Amino acid sequence: MNRLPYWMVALVSAVYVFLHAPLAVLVLFSFNSSKYGVSWEGFTLKWYQRLLERHDIMDGLLNSIIAGLGSTVISTVLGTLMALALARHQFRGRQVLEALLYVPIVTPEIVCGISLLILFVAMNLPLGITSITIAHVAFNISFVTVVVHARLQGLDQSLEEAALILGADEVTAFWRVTVPQLLPGIVSGAMLAFTMSFDDYVITSFVSGQGSATLPIVVYTMVRKNIEPSINAVSTIVLLATTVLLFLSERLGRDKPLAVES
Amino acid sequence: MRQRILAWFHARPNATAWALVAPGLVFLVAFFVVPLVMMFSYSFMPRNPYGGVDWGFTLANYQNFFQELYLGILLRTTIDALACTVICLLLGFPVAWVISQAGAWKNTLLFLVILPFWTSFLVRTFALIFLLRDSGLINTLLQKVGLIDEAIPMLNTHFAVMVGLVYGFLPFMILPIYTSLEKLDLTLLEAAEILGARSFQQFWRVVLPQSAPGVVAGSLLVFIPALGSFLSSDLLGGAKTILVGNLVQNQFTTARNWPFGSAASFVMMVLVLGAVMIYLRVRDRDQALGGH
Repeated sequence: MNRLPYWMVALVSAVYVFLHAPLAVLVLFSFNSSKYGVSWEGFTLKWYQRLLERHDIMDGLLNSIIAGLGSTVISTVLGTLMALALARHQFRGRQVLEALLYVPIVTPEIVCGISLLILFVAMNLPLGITSITIAHVAFNISFVTVVVHARLQGLDQSLEEAALILGADEVTAFWRVTVPQLLPGIVSGAMLAFTMSFDDYVITSFVSGQGSATLPIVVYTMVRKNIEPSINAVSTIVLLATTVLLFLSERLGRDKPLAVES
Repeated sequence: MRQRILAWFHARPNATAWALVAPGLVFLVAFFVVPLVMMFSYSFMPRNPYGGVDWGFTLANYQNFFQELYLGILLRTTIDALACTVICLLLGFPVAWVISQAGAWKNTLLFLVILPFWTSFLVRTFALIFLLRDSGLINTLLQKVGLIDEAIPMLNTHFAVMVGLVYGFLPFMILPIYTSLEKLDLTLLEAAEILGARSFQQFWRVVLPQSAPGVVAGSLLVFIPALGSFLSSDLLGGAKTILVGNLVQNQFTTARNWPFGSAASFVMMVLVLGAVMIYLRVRDRDQALGGH
């Protein structure tokens, strides 16, 4: 690090402060007992207690978890299968598929949201947990495929060949050799899918109906109504959940950064 | 039976691949491609006042969009998205460079960028509101120190929207640039230095060309969501700053003019596709030159 000029170190430090200070302040003031203003008036957990009494937040959390788990399972299975095909097989139409996979990644969220709303209304599908789950799978599949594919490319295929030579059939080789090797990649893809689903506001806001508000929708309504310390508390919980998931996912998918290399 | 099925697939590698691809592909087509096509066709249909569309063909929605008012919104959105991209590039490149040179600290610094990358955009926007509003932390601190008497209005301004966009999308710029800088051959820099190149020349002639794919990918990943964003202008800009995203959202919620909203979205998609084309061009040229 000794070759870095001072101005660059200063600028980069400032950027890190810019990225993290707002969230640190947010978390800190979730423990502040003052309701108004931002003067510190002592430590409290009452905003967290208050969350437990609020049915809209608890329902939102439950909806988020249901939609998150459902969409994660579906998108992980479908995405992993596609990643396997891309990594192991040369087939006709492969390039078209690769191009198609990037469509959800480059489509602005709002366009994805309204186009799904159009589809669901035309299908007469009632807007609720089902429509939210489908929407989340639609934008998650590509990300899971990219993450698992990246993982597969670093994998040693000779182990599978050895299993086949030693008399295992493809199915056995797949379950006993490929899947265990691939598991960290699959789990890290799944965790990212859950995080994205759990955090999504824009797309969900178009495809959720009465009684199916997820946590981000509830938080948005709270922010619009008035700024109160309960929002800090619920935000802190969301942040904590994301950080833990991400940390685990990082641990499992070590050799590839999570950034999407599009 | 299992053996027979396996043998059948074994003889047909194409079939195996397609069997793996099919479920995901069907889902993507049904719930991503079909909706986009429907949105596109809705943009050519007359409006139904109760939401949705009536059957028929019309160009009125596009004619409606290409008026001074909406073109102004489109122009301002594009300028904002470009400005956000440039600011993110200026701030993000040094960060990516420092991470790539950070040795033992690399993983920690990287994690600190990835964390906001995956953190709820809504929560991060709320964190900014908490700082920027009249009774927020910045104004309160400045007043306590005695620098100002009256709160400086920062929330509900164009400034706040730009801060929100940069704050939201900066990690999208840093990560791809880092990925390409990590592959940079440092011996090239040493060679340049031995040959007498100054640091600026080293940057301009060696570092920048090698990191071009990352720069372009990062710019794309910032420009696209910035173009479609509506949360920042909604929550940080008050009613003052209307971007195309707000316009579209409004057509699908309160205004109930779906065809017009679809037309506006489609115009947005055309801009996005333009940006993607530029990216693919740069990437292909780079690969043709033997870079990666």
